[in-house]
Parts: sequence; structure tokens; C-alpha cells
Amino acid sequence: MSYEELLTQTALADDHFIVMTAENRALVRNIPGKLGNRFIDTGITEQTMIGAAAGLALRGRIPVVHALASFLTMRAFEFVRTDAGIPDLPIKLSSFIPGFLSDGNGPTHQAVEDISLMRGIPNMTVFAPADEQDLVMMLPEIWKHPHPSYVRINTRKTDYQHSPFKLGKAEIISRGEDVTILTYGLLFEQALIAVEILKNEGLSVGLINLRSLKPVDEQAILRATRDSALTITLEDHFVTGGLYSIVAEVLLKHCQTAKVIPMALKDKWFKPSLLPNVLAHEGFTGKQIAEKILGYNTNAYQPEMSIPQFSE
Amino acid sequence: MQSVITPITQLEATALKVREHIVRMSTDGGCFVGASLSAADLIVYLYADFLNINPNNLDDPNRDYLFLSKGHDVPALYGTFAELGILEKARLKNHLSLDDHIYWHPNTHIPGIEFHSGSLGHLPSVAIGVAMDIKIRGGKNKVVCIMGDGELNEGTCWEATLVANAHKLDNLIFVIDRNHFQANMPTEELIPLEPLQDKFTAFGAAVKRIDGHSFEALQEAFSAYPFETGKLNVVIADTVRGKGLPSIERRADRWFCNFNTEEVESLLKELHGEHLTNLTSETLVVR
Repeated sequence: MSYEELLTQTALADDHFIVMTAENRALVRNIPGKLGNRFIDTGITEQTMIGAAAGLALRGRIPVVHALASFLTMRAFEFVRTDAGIPDLPIKLSSFIPGFLSDGNGPTHQAVEDISLMRGIPNMTVFAPADEQDLVMMLPEIWKHPHPSYVRINTRKTDYQHSPFKLGKAEIISRGEDVTILTYGLLFEQALIAVEILKNEGLSVGLINLRSLKPVDEQAILRATRDSALTITLEDHFVTGGLYSIVAEVLLKHCQTAKVIPMALKDKWFKPSLLPNVLAHEGFTGKQIAEKILGYNTNAYQPEMSIPQFSE
Repeated sequence: MQSVITPITQLEATALKVREHIVRMSTDGGCFVGASLSAADLIVYLYADFLNINPNNLDDPNRDYLFLSKGHDVPALYGTFAELGILEKARLKNHLSLDDHIYWHPNTHIPGIEFHSGSLGHLPSVAIGVAMDIKIRGGKNKVVCIMGDGELNEGTCWEATLVANAHKLDNLIFVIDRNHFQANMPTEELIPLEPLQDKFTAFGAAVKRIDGHSFEALQEAFSAYPFETGKLNVVIADTVRGKGLPSIERRADRWFCNFNTEEVESLLKELHGEHLTNLTSETLVVR
């Protein structure tokens, strides 16, 4: 099932749902005709859309709002914080092309601080699905949770069969003693490739798909960092405020130390290009990730990556 | 408060009491007294006459909504609520107390306040969401959003005006407290707004411009609601900052005031037209 099919089905079955967009229709192309006046396009007005979503939520609605990740989280930040966060209203933010998914758009469109910003808002919950199946598994629980939420929408397809989602729980893909990769979102696809390469090189490798970044699965982080000689945090986000920071906070809170290396954007925006080129240029292909961990090059095969269907 | 025409003398008497409450709140820490006094008649009129809001059933799904977007004029709202039986009068004495929620901006711990404010340019859009939902459900509820003229510097007020018109929200009324001042100076000296009526008209709204201290004018303007089918209603209410206290009226340096006890006693008499007050307390305190 696709994101749009799930949203359509959910909104048709429950008239609490209102689908809103700030003229970003890529994810909701066919919804206007199906939902009638419960589809609202406010035009290119991320701030007004969030304020209006708060008004709708005051009247008992569950607005699912759509905009490009950078404008939803930054242009409208104070509206999200003030009109969704302070009153703790169930406004559901669907952020389009977060992180590397903005591929060729350039730094204006790069939401690579969104996790940091959104998790800093009291009452807000933050999620990052690994692929479309993960996304569709997560959303029903997120949408029925009576609090604001931020979801890094990721509709890419992988062959991985995910386990059922539980809010606040990570998905443990494998456990390892030498190295464990903690990741979320789009880079899960590359982490799977990296894990295979590392295993072929004889390492015991763990992989965790965080899924829920706030609330975060503290026990999964504590156990992985305890059981593994090395932990890697892998994310298409600035190193500040994202998963590396989350892991540091969890370790400090529980008085635990660990060797943790961040693979993230180190205080710079990424070079805009098509997604596969971006990953290769920035060093985030599965093979590059594995080789960085190994400290030497391999003859491993890096599968070709599909180019995203749409960009705005 | 059931959309009946309230006698003017009664509205005036209520407004005077509300102004007394505002003056009493302008000490021991103070409040935004100038903006509260300019909006007092608007707020009294709307709650006492225009809006369908029952103090005994504030959650009535058929109630009308008022959003106070300028926010710092909330003493006028507290005072109105106290006079209309929405808020216990005794609670006004808790202004700025840690034991209550009566502070410088509206919040939903106060019965009858639908949404918090303080950050300017937010509530026009929140009001839009409520008005949209009422339209979707086919309701008759009216939605009023009071904005300051200084607040109109914020781009989101104009964004909201465009969106409200695009969505034909004729159940929504933006009321502009046009007191001609923003925090530190006259609006026309900082970010000129005139011709303000033309601006809103050009944005597609149906606009009325009236004397915001005349209950006759308020009754006449609001009796024409909805002004035009399919259009956002805008009322530009020309007001006077500090209205009722000639010693601070139209004074740029009397926006936020923290008067001493003697000044408060004197200002309470000044409200009744007795004499001007010799103000010695610190003037401009920008919050």
C-alpha cells in the first residue's frame, strides 16, 4: 500500500481526518476528488496552514499536513512550536523530501536539522521510517496517538520485510559484537548493504532501525552500545541534534560510556545532485559506509540505487 | 449575550467597570494598559452583544468564537469576563500570581479563552481553521479575531487574509484595533498602514471602518454581518490608545505601565472624569 492509499483509506473511514497541504500535492494527488471539503490547500503558506490546522484540531479534527520538510520545519517552526506544541494538539506533520531526499534542489530545500528542531518541541513526537513499507506500518499508530507528530516521509521501496511497529520502539534487525549501526530513514537501505559487506569481512554486525526518534528506545541504544565494541550513528542530518546527540544524551542519562562514531553531515550542507550521486559524493553508499568502518577498501559490489520518482 | 441588542447605557457601564479592572491590574508588575484601554469597548461590545457565548455553557458546540490575537490587551478580556460572569472577579487580584494563570497574555487556563496568544500574527490562521471546520459542518457559529494595527506588520496577517478570502470564509470577522500606535511610536511613523481599508478591500475582504469607541457604530456595523456573501469580514475600529485616561491617551511612552498605588487611585478617579493624574512612575517599559 502507498502513503496516499493509506491516507485516503484512513480519512474516508474516519471523518476526524482533514488532509491539508501548502500546495505540495506530490503525496496527495488524488485525494482532493475523494475527500471533498476535508481536503484543504492553503496555498504556499506553511505558517497559515499550521495555524489553521490548530483551529481545526481545536474543533476535534486530526489534520494531516503536507509541505516540503525544510519549509514545514523552519519557515513554520514557530507556528509548529506555538500552535501545535504548546496546546499539544494532534496535528500530524508529513514532511516531504527530508534529508538527502531533496537531492538536486540545493541547500534551501535541505532539511538536515529537522530532527533536532522538532524533537526540541515539548509534546512533539518524531518518526523516520526506513522505507515505504515501514512508513505505512508506522502511520496508523502515529495518527491515532493524541499528540502532534513529525514524520520524515520516505516512500522509497526496499526488499526488507519489517516487523510490526510499536511507538517508541526500535526495530532490531540484527545484533553484533564488533559493530552496531544505528540508523533511521533513507539510509537504512544503505546500512543493509554495509552490514552484508561487513559480515563478509568476518565481523559480527548489528543493525538497528530507530523508527521512533522521540520517544526513543533507550533500552535498544543502551544494549547495542554495551554489547558492541563500536557503535555507528548513521543519518542524513547534521551531526548536531540528531541521532548522534540522542545517543549521547541516552548514554549520559544512564551513566554509560561507549565508543560511538557519527556518520552524519558535519556542519555543512550537501552537494546537490541526483540522489545516487549525492550519496556517493558525501560518502553514504553502503560500500563507503562499510569501508569507513573497516578502514580499508574492498571489492564489494554496490548495487545501483533507483532515482526518486519526484522532486519539487 | 444571545445576540440581542443591549442598551448602550448598559454597555457603557460595563466598559467603565472593565476599565477600572484594567487600571487595577496596571500595578504590582503592571500590564499593557494602553492597548487594553483601546480594545476595551470592542471586547465588551462583542461579548455582551454580538457573540453567542453562554457563560454557563462555554463548551456549547453552537457557540461563537473570539480569538484575541494581539494578546497583550488581555486585561480588557479578563475584566470583561469578570463583569459577564465568565471569570470570578476575585481572580483578577491574582494578576501575575504564581497561584493563578492571570498573566500578560491569554491562555486557556482561563475559562472562555479558546486559544493562547502572545506571538503576533498567529490567531488569524487559527481562526481560519475554526471557521473552515464550521463551514465543513454547515454550522452557523461566528468567528471573530481581534488584531492590533501594529500586529499588521506581521506578514502572516496578510497571508491569512488571502487564505480566508480564497476559502470564502464569510463566517470570519477580523477586527482591527486601530489605535494608531505600535509598541514605541505611531504606526504611520514606523510602518505606515494607510490607506488600510483599501488594503483589505484589495485583498478581497468586505470592510467597514468605524469609531471603535461608539457602541452605536459597533452595533450598526456588526448588525450587517455577514457583510458580503463569500467574503471575509473586516472591521477597522478606529480607537485611542489609553482611551478613558486622558493623562496617558495617545502617549507613545505609555504602552506598558506599572503605576504606583497613589497613581492607581488617582487614575480610577480620572476614569470618572474627575481630574488628570500627575504620573511620576517610570514611563516606557518595553516588555
